[in-house]
Parts: sequence; C-alpha cells; structure tokens
Amino acid sequence: MSWLKQTFTSSIGRKFAMALSALFLVIFLLQHFIINFTSVLSEKTFNEISHFMGTNVLVQFALQPVLIFGVIYHFVMGFVLEIKNRNARAIKYAMNKGSENSTWFSRNMIYSGFVIFLFLCLHFYDFWIPEISHKYIEVLPEDSTRYFGEMVEKFHDPLRVGLYALSFVFLSLHLMHGFQSAFQSVGARHSKYTPAIKKLGTLYAIIIPAGFIFIALYHHLTAL
Amino acid sequence: MSTANGLNLTLKVWRQKNDKVKGQMETYQVSDISPDSSFLEMMDILNEKLINDGGDPVAFDHDCREGICGSCSMYINGEAHGPGREITTCQLHMREFKNGETIYIEPWRAKAFPVIKDLVVDRGAFDRIMAAGGFVSVNTSGNTQDANAIPIPKADADKAFDAATCIGCGACVASCKNSSAMLFVSAKVSQFALLPQGKVEAKERVLNMVQQMDDEGFGNCSNTGACEVECPKGISLDNIARMNREYMSASFTADKK
Ligand code: HEM
Ligand code: SF4
Ligand code: FES
Repeated sequence: MSWLKQTFTSSIGRKFAMALSALFLVIFLLQHFIINFTSVLSEKTFNEISHFMGTNVLVQFALQPVLIFGVIYHFVMGFVLEIKNRNARAIKYAMNKGSENSTWFSRNMIYSGFVIFLFLCLHFYDFWIPEISHKYIEVLPEDSTRYFGEMVEKFHDPLRVGLYALSFVFLSLHLMHGFQSAFQSVGARHSKYTPAIKKLGTLYAIIIPAGFIFIALYHHLTAL
Repeated sequence: MSTANGLNLTLKVWRQKNDKVKGQMETYQVSDISPDSSFLEMMDILNEKLINDGGDPVAFDHDCREGICGSCSMYINGEAHGPGREITTCQLHMREFKNGETIYIEPWRAKAFPVIKDLVVDRGAFDRIMAAGGFVSVNTSGNTQDANAIPIPKADADKAFDAATCIGCGACVASCKNSSAMLFVSAKVSQFALLPQGKVEAKERVLNMVQQMDDEGFGNCSNTGACEVECPKGISLDNIARMNREYMSASFTADKK
C-alpha cells in the first residue's frame, strides 16, 4: 500500500481529511451567507455578486469542483466512519448514560448530517440544477439581473421556507460540535486559543444558520 | 446483623460462561450493604452469597484495589467505573447509591475487548499496541546514561508525566460511543514523544502504534470527549491532538514506507 493511501485510510488520516473538508465547508458557508445577506440590503448588489460568482471562470471551474468534491467526500466519509464506528461495538450496553460525559450534538453528528444531506438535495433541485441547466445545458442568454427575482420566487412557498428553517436548525446542531471538533482533528489545540475557538464555534453555529433563516423569512414576508 | 443504614440493592449483572457462548443480564438481590464498603467489596459479598447457594460466582478483574493497576473494569449504571470522576471501580463506594436502587453491571463493550467470562474482558489489544512501539529502545549493557543527565524542560516533563499516569484500564474505550482507543494510545505516544529519549523513535512509534490500533478494530475518534470525562487518571484530550499532529507529520516525513 502506498504511504499516501495508508495515511488517508487510517483512522487519524480519515478524520484529518474529514476535518479539512468540513473547514472548507465552514468557509464556503460563510461566504455564501455574506452574499445572500446582500439580498436583504440591495437587490442590485446581490445581482452583481451572483452574476460574478455564476460566470467567473475561477469560481466556476476551480472553486466549484473543489466544493462539490468536498461535499461528496464529507458526506460519504460521514457514513463510512459511522458504519466503522458502529461495527467497533458488537453488543450494546443494556444501560448507557452518554449524556453524563458528552454532548448530544457530538453523539448525533450522523443524524444532523443526514438532515443537511436531505436539505442539500432540495437546495440543488431548487437552485443548482436550474443554474447548471441555464448556463451549460440549455445555454440561455445571461441576464445579469435575473438572480434576485429567481430567489424571491422560491421563497414564496411557505412549506419551502419551513423546510429551509428546519434544516438550518440541524445545521446549527451539527456545527455546535463540528466547528471546534474539526480543529481538534487536525491537531490544532492549545490552552492559548482553544477556548476562543470553542466560543467562535458556538457563535458561528448560531449566527450563520439563524441568519439564513432570517433571509428566507425576510423574502417570504416582504413578497407577501 | 442488620445495620440501620445498610443498603438493599437489585443488581443486574452480565453473565457469560465463556467467549464462545452468548451471555445475558441476570438479576440478584443483595441486602444490608454498608455504605462504607467499596463497590468491589459489595461484589465480594454477592459472590459469597452465590457460592453459599451453590451457584457460580461472578468473574471480575481486580488486583490492587487502590486505583493503580487498572484491572477493575466494570460498566456501572451506564458509565465506566460508575458515577464519580477520576476514580476506578475499586475507588467507588456504596454511599454513592441509594437504598432500593437497581444497579446495572456490565463488562467493557468493544469488539477489540472480547468477553472472557462475565465481567472479565481480554485487553490484550492494548498490550499488542504497546508492543508495536510503546517503548524506548536502549542497550542495557551496563553503561546506560543516567536519565537525569539529559536536561528536560519542566513543562515537557510535567506533560509527559501526566500522560504516563494512564493505567491502561480501557475506560476510555468502554465510554466511547465508537469504542475508540485514541485516549489510551495518545497518552502512550505522548509520554515518549515529549521526552528527548523518546524523540529518536517518535515517527516510527506513532505510525506503528496507530496502525496496530486500527488493526485491532477500535473505532475512530469523533471528539465527543467522553473518554476524558470517564478516565480515572484525567488524561487530557490534548494528548489526542498531539497524536493527530505526530501521526500526520510522521506520515509525510518518516522514512518508513
Ligand atoms: C452532506 C451532509 C453531511 C453529512 C452526512 C455530514 C456528516 C458528518 C459526520 C457523520 C460527522 C462526524 C464525523 C466523526 O466525527 O466521526 C461530521 C463532522 C463535521 N461536519 Fe458534517 N456532514 C454534512 C454536512 C456538513 C456541512 C454542510 C458542514 C459545514 C458547513 C459540516 C461540518 C462539519 C464539521 C465542522 C464536522 C467536524 C469534523 C471533525 O470532527 O473533524 N458538515 N459531518
Ligand atoms: S487513558 Fe485513562 S481511561 Fe484510557 S486506559 Fe488510560 S487511564 Fe484508562
Ligand atoms: S483493582 Fe487496581 S485499579 Fe481497581
């Protein structure tokens, strides 16, 4: 076995790569949030940035593939780890008190992750597939002012807004544990900065999902 | 002789004849247990009763009965070594329990720790991990250098000592939802990696010990931190972070493979 394969199929290597993909997603989500938030402030700015992101070669053909790979890796490895971890204990305890020594978030990453996965399916169906089809399959002419309207249109449906909000609650639960956990997985832990990372993680896990919910609700309510 | 504050308890204990057959929980009653007795003394009383009744006593591991050997592995009421922090089962006292309480007593559960009999599990996997690299190779030819001749920063010595207090009990594995051995292995990796004598073989050590850990069938680390909370010696997650760094950097820089 090559040393590289040996490294990334080891327990530590898998979690290292899992954490890298997760940290990439955390950064991606932050930029996604900032861009979406401009839609609340100015339709024009939102359209400009969306047009840039949707047509820039670097974003489309360098960053987007990395993102897709990152999501798929994270998702697949999430299940691989879960299966391996379950197999490591054949007989369960008759009495087990996990809450005495660990958080609910940390013990249920696979469930919060699975809800995020379902959300991503809906999200791809809503935005990503129409985008790809618009640009690369049907090759429709680009109208740099279409983005805002397309988004507001999606948030008309109260069921969709509800599903989005619910999914973001699960994203919040995922990140309550995940944010600081990713730093531990890559070995970044020190009494100097780990307490700050934990606080930042909690803030991120609350503000970003709550912000996404706010944006969806804002467009739903203003368009009524 | 009945005492005023003696405890009457219902015990649900895992019974299993050997590693071939399936086991099951059995229910026993014990009465008039002194709150001052240790958990293992309570088990002794149960066993005396079982023997007097012509039954088979419950097999459990124990040796020092003072919290230093790490053998008294019992999963009590859903926690390794029962309620209480930084203690082993032999340091747990019956005053932690209420009269009339039902107590679940189970063996460590992990595929890598097969049950031998009742509450006794085979922790040979830990020995094999140690054999894979948990040592410093020295020639004991008579001219071995005095360890004190090598200056070691106090902070490093303290951290190495803290890691070295791990008694290999396996409570970390038992408590982890993934049956991961990361806390144990990281303590053993750290106690050497922090010292100049251990640095010489540090890369090979971490690669070999982690590989052995994976081969034994322990799970991956989800950073839940259950191990650190249940560890009788307060081994810190700092050690796991250190092992993660040591392992990844050794993977990219070691000459091996
Ligand atoms: C596609 C759906 C997703 C699934 C199925 C999923 C699943 C998982 C699982 C099972 C873990 C725990 C792995 C372990 O410790 O054993 C995990 C960790 C994590 N996830 Fe996700 N996840 C998903 C999406 C996301 C997203 C969108 C983000 C961020 C925006 C994210 C951020 C994290 C972080 C930060 C960690 C911690 C990594 C670590 O412990 O090193 N996940 N995920
Ligand atoms: S790390 Fe703690 S719980 Fe794990 S074997 Fe060592 S002493 Fe026991
Ligand atoms: S019997 Fe030695 S630690 Fe409990």
